[in-house]
Amino acid sequence: MKLGITLSTALVASVSWATMAAAQTELSMWYHGAGNEAESSALQLIIDDFNASQPDYKVVVESFPQESYNDSVVAAALAGNLPDILDVDGPVMPNWAWAGYMQPLQIDESAIEGFLAGPLGYWDGQLYSVGFWDAAVAMMSRQSTLDALGLRTPTVDNPWTGEEFMAALDAAKASGDFEYAFDLGMPWTGEWYPYAFSPFLQSFGGDIVDRSTYATAEGALNGPEALAFGEWWQSLFADGYAPGTSQDPADRDTGFIDGKYAFSWNGNWAALGALAAHDDVVFLPSPDFGNGPKIGAASWQFGVSASSENAEGASAFIEFALQDKYLANFSNVTGLIPATAEAAAMTDNYAEGGPLEVFFGLSEGQAMVRPVTPGYVVSAKVFEKAMADIANGADVADTLDAAVDEINSDIERNGGYGH
Amino acid sequence: MASKLTTSNRAGWGFAMPGFGLILLFIVIPFFFAFYLSLTNQRLISPNPTEFVGLSNYDRLLSISVLTLEPERDDAGAVIRDEAGEIEYPRVRTFTRNNPDYPQYDGMREWFRWQWGEEAKVVVAKDVVFWKSLRNTLMFVLVVAPVQAGLALGLALLINQRLRGINIYRAIYFMPVVVSIVVVSLLFRFIYDGNDGLLNNVLGFVTFGLFEGRDWLGSENTALGAIMGMSIWQAVGFHMVIWLSGLQTISPTLYEASSIEGASKWQTFRYVTWPGLRNTAVLILIVITMQAFALFAQIDVMTRGGPLDSTTTIVFQAVERGYGKQDISGGSAISVLLFLLVLSISLIQRYLTRER
Amino acid sequence: MATINPDNRGLRLAVRYLVLTLIAVIFIFPLVFMVMSSLKPDLQLLRDTSSLRAFLPVGDISLDNYYNAFSRVPIAKFMFNSLFVTATTVALSLLLCSLAAFSFVFLNWSGKNVALSIIIATLIIPFETIAIPLLLFVSKLPWIGMEGLTFGWLDTYRVQIIPLVADGLTIFLFVQYFRDLPRDLIEASRVEGASWMQIYLRVVMPLSGPIVATAAILKFLAMYNQYLWPLMVVQQEAYRPVMVGVQYFFQLSTAWGEIMAYLTIITVPVLVFYLILQRAFIASIASTGVKG
Repeated sequence: MKLGITLSTALVASVSWATMAAAQTELSMWYHGAGNEAESSALQLIIDDFNASQPDYKVVVESFPQESYNDSVVAAALAGNLPDILDVDGPVMPNWAWAGYMQPLQIDESAIEGFLAGPLGYWDGQLYSVGFWDAAVAMMSRQSTLDALGLRTPTVDNPWTGEEFMAALDAAKASGDFEYAFDLGMPWTGEWYPYAFSPFLQSFGGDIVDRSTYATAEGALNGPEALAFGEWWQSLFADGYAPGTSQDPADRDTGFIDGKYAFSWNGNWAALGALAAHDDVVFLPSPDFGNGPKIGAASWQFGVSASSENAEGASAFIEFALQDKYLANFSNVTGLIPATAEAAAMTDNYAEGGPLEVFFGLSEGQAMVRPVTPGYVVSAKVFEKAMADIANGADVADTLDAAVDEINSDIERNGGYGH
Repeated sequence: MASKLTTSNRAGWGFAMPGFGLILLFIVIPFFFAFYLSLTNQRLISPNPTEFVGLSNYDRLLSISVLTLEPERDDAGAVIRDEAGEIEYPRVRTFTRNNPDYPQYDGMREWFRWQWGEEAKVVVAKDVVFWKSLRNTLMFVLVVAPVQAGLALGLALLINQRLRGINIYRAIYFMPVVVSIVVVSLLFRFIYDGNDGLLNNVLGFVTFGLFEGRDWLGSENTALGAIMGMSIWQAVGFHMVIWLSGLQTISPTLYEASSIEGASKWQTFRYVTWPGLRNTAVLILIVITMQAFALFAQIDVMTRGGPLDSTTTIVFQAVERGYGKQDISGGSAISVLLFLLVLSISLIQRYLTRER
Repeated sequence: MATINPDNRGLRLAVRYLVLTLIAVIFIFPLVFMVMSSLKPDLQLLRDTSSLRAFLPVGDISLDNYYNAFSRVPIAKFMFNSLFVTATTVALSLLLCSLAAFSFVFLNWSGKNVALSIIIATLIIPFETIAIPLLLFVSKLPWIGMEGLTFGWLDTYRVQIIPLVADGLTIFLFVQYFRDLPRDLIEASRVEGASWMQIYLRVVMPLSGPIVATAAILKFLAMYNQYLWPLMVVQQEAYRPVMVGVQYFFQLSTAWGEIMAYLTIITVPVLVFYLILQRAFIASIASTGVKG
C-alpha cells in the first residue's frame, strides 16, 4: 500500500517535470572540461543565463576529461550518437567538418566582430566554430637573468633575431648557472609539438604542408628552409642547450621556477604560477628566424554537430555565449586570453597594466593558425615524430623526407582531403 | 581414451556454449571484421566511400629489399675515403626518392646496412618503423618470457613456505600488479631520469661514485632494456599467483614421502614439485608470451616508441595508426599480422612441448 | 662451519625473514611513493622525486589532496560503477568459464577440439585491435528491457559487462587446472549415477578453490582497470568507472598530488579483494589433501 503511494507520487512528479521540460527543447552539449571545476562553473553560468533568457531551448551539458575527449567524440560519431553542441580543438575542426560531424554555424557576423583570428574556425569558406579564448606561447625568463647575462629585452615590435637568440643561449650556457639554457617542454607529447614548435619552422620559412594547395608537403617540410630549421633544431639538443625527449616531466613543471633553466618555452596557462614564484618573470616574444616571429594560435572552440535537429537553437546558444562579459569571466577563471579587446579590458590579467597583458599583444601580433586542413590530424602526428627523431640525433634530411612521404601518401589515400 | 561414460554431445555443448558463444560473439566476430577492414582503405574518420584494396595494406607493411651501394670513386676510379678512412657511399635517398631508374626502391627507407667487400648492402623497407616494431617486440618476448616465468616461480616457491606472517609478504610481492600501470610507468620515468634520477643516484652511491649516470630512457641502447626491467618487476607478482595455485595442487603427502626418504631440496623440487607443475608451466609460458606480445601501456606512457624507434612495438604501432593517424585499415592489418605471428609461434611451442 | 645444524633454527629463520623482507622492499616502493606523494603539495612532490625523500612523509604533509580529489571527481559514483560492473563480470565469468572448461576437460563431444583451439587463439588478440569493430557491433545490438525492444547498448552497464564476461585466459586457467584433477573420481561419480551438473557442483568445484581465487583476482584486476572500452561506449558521467576518473586530473597544469590521492583511494579495493582471496587460498590448502 505504502509502496503504491510512493510509486504514484513519483510518477506524478516525473510527469509534471516532463511537461515542464517539454516546453523547452533540450539541447545536449559536450565539453572537454571534466575535472576542471572553475571552467565548468563558468560554463554553467552561461548555460543558466541562456536557459533563463528564452523559452524555446534548454542546454544540458555533459563534461568529458580533456585527455580522452577526442576519442570519445570519434567513438560517439562512429556509433551515431553525437550531441547538438560540441567543443572542438581549433586545428582538429576541419577534420570533423570534412568528415561530416559538424555543420556551419548560423550566427550573425556582428557577433564575431573584433575577434582575434585564432578563436575563429573557418573551413571551406564557412564559419564552423568559435572560441571564447585563445592561448599563446612565450619565452619565459626573468629580468634578473637578462640583466645578469647582459641581454637586451626583446619586444613584440623588435624581437630577437635568430642570432641574438642563439647568443642569449650561449651566454646562459657559458654562465654555468643553469642545468640547461632552454626548456622546450619535450615531455609534453601530443599536440604540444606542432602547436609550440611548428611556428619555429614557419619563422624559418618552411611549413608542415604547402598551404597554397594543401596537396603536398614536398618543399615545405623538406625544402632548404626546413633543412636549416632541422639543423638548428638538432643543434639545440646535440650542443646541450636544451633537455631532450627523456626530460623528466617534473622538471618541465618546476625546473624553470627552480632555476634549472634560463629560458622556458611555455603557454600562458603556466604564466600565473611562474609569477607567483618570482615577481620578475618576463614573457618574451618568439625570435625571428628570418620569416617573422611566429607563435601558434587557436584553442578550444564551439560548434554544432551535423546530426543536430536543433541547429538553430544550438547556434543561438553559441551566439549568446559570445558576449564580452562571458568571455571576460572565462578568462578570469582560466587565465586564458579573451577573444576580444573589449573583453580583455574587463579582465583582471589582460586589462591595461595587467600581469598577462603582453600575451594579448603576442596573440594579436605573432599568432598563426596551424594548417587548416582535415589532414592536419595526421600530419601533426608525423611532424611530432620527426621532431622527436631529429632531437634524438636522426639524420635531418632523411627524417624530413620520410615525414614528407608519409604526409603525402596520407593525403593521396584520402583523396586530397576535399581541397 | 574417450570413455563412453563421458561422451555426450548435448551436455558438452550445453556446458561450453554460454562461455564459448560470448567469445564468438564479442571477440571472434569483431576480429574477422578487423580482418575484413585490413583488406580495404577504411579510415577512422572520412566521408570517402570504403574501397576494397586487396592486400595493399600488407604490401605497404612488408615490402623489404636489399640495395647495393657502390663506393664513390674519383676520376681515377679510386675509392674515396673520408677522414676516418671509411669508404664514402652515395646517399640512399638518391635511389629511393624520385629516381625513375630504380622504381623498385621508390618510397623506401634504410633500416640497417652492412659492409660487403667495397660495397655496402643496405636493407631498405617501405615501412621501416613496422620492421623495427617487429624486432623490438620479438626481443622483448625472448627476454621477458623466460626471465619473468623463472623469477615468478622462484618467488612462488619462496612464498609457499609455512611461516608466521607469510601472508603479508605474499600481499606485498603482489603489490606492483595492483598499482595502475600508468602510475608505475610515471614513477619509473622519474627513477630512470638522466640528470638526477633515483637509479643513477643509487648506482653512484653503491659504486662509490664510479658509476657515471646515464639517461636510461633517452638512449637507444638502454631504453628497451629499462622498459623490460620495469615490466618484469611489475608483472612478476601476477605470474607468481598462477604458479602458487599450481603449487597448491600438489598433495602434501608427496612432500612428506620425499622428506621421509631423505630427499634433498633440489631432489624434492626436481621429482615432486616440477612434475606437478607441468600444466601450470604450459599455461604460464603461453600467458606470458601473449602478454609480452601485447606490450603497449608502458611504451605509451614512457617513450612513445622513441628514442629513434628503439622501443616501438607492434601493438603500439597498431594503436598509433588505427586511432592516432586514423588509418584503421592499416592498424587492422598490423593486428592481423600480429595474430598470425603469435599463432605460428604458439603452434611451434605446442609442437615442441607436446606429450610424447 | 657453514653447515647449519638444527640448533641454529633461530638463525635460519632470521635469514629467511631477511631474504623475504629485502625482496619485499623492492616490491613495495611504488605503493609507498603513491601514498607519500598523496600527502604532499605538487611542488614539493615533484622536487622530492629525485631523492629518497620521495618515499618518506617529510615536509609539508596534509590531507588537502584528498579533499580536493573528492571535490573534483564524483568518487563515490565512479567507485560504485566500477565495483558493480567488476563484481557482476567476475561472478558471471567464473561461472561461465568454469562450466566451459569443465566441458572441455571432462566431456567428450564433437567439435570440442576445434572450439578449444579457437578459444586459445583468442588469447592472442589484444583488445585494442578489436575495439572499433566491437564498438560498431554493440551500438547496433538489440535489447529487451523495461522499455521493450531497443537497439544500441551505449551508455549502459550491460555494455561494460556482457562483452567482457567470457575470455580465453579464464577458460584456459580452469582447463589447465581441471586437467590435474583425478579423472577416476569423476568417472566413479558418473557410474554412481550423478548428473553432469551434480559432478560440476559437488565434485569438481569444491576441489577448485585455488584456481577460483586466482581466476577471480586476475579477472577483477582486468575489469577494474578497464579504461579504453568505457571511454568508447559510455558518454554519461553516471556510468563512468574509476579509471576514466584519473583523466580528470590531467589539466593544463597537472594536479600530481591529487592524482596520487585518487589512485590511493581506488587502489584500496583491489588490495582488500586480494587479501580476502588469500584466505580462500589458505583454506583451500587444507582441502587439497583430497587430491593426488
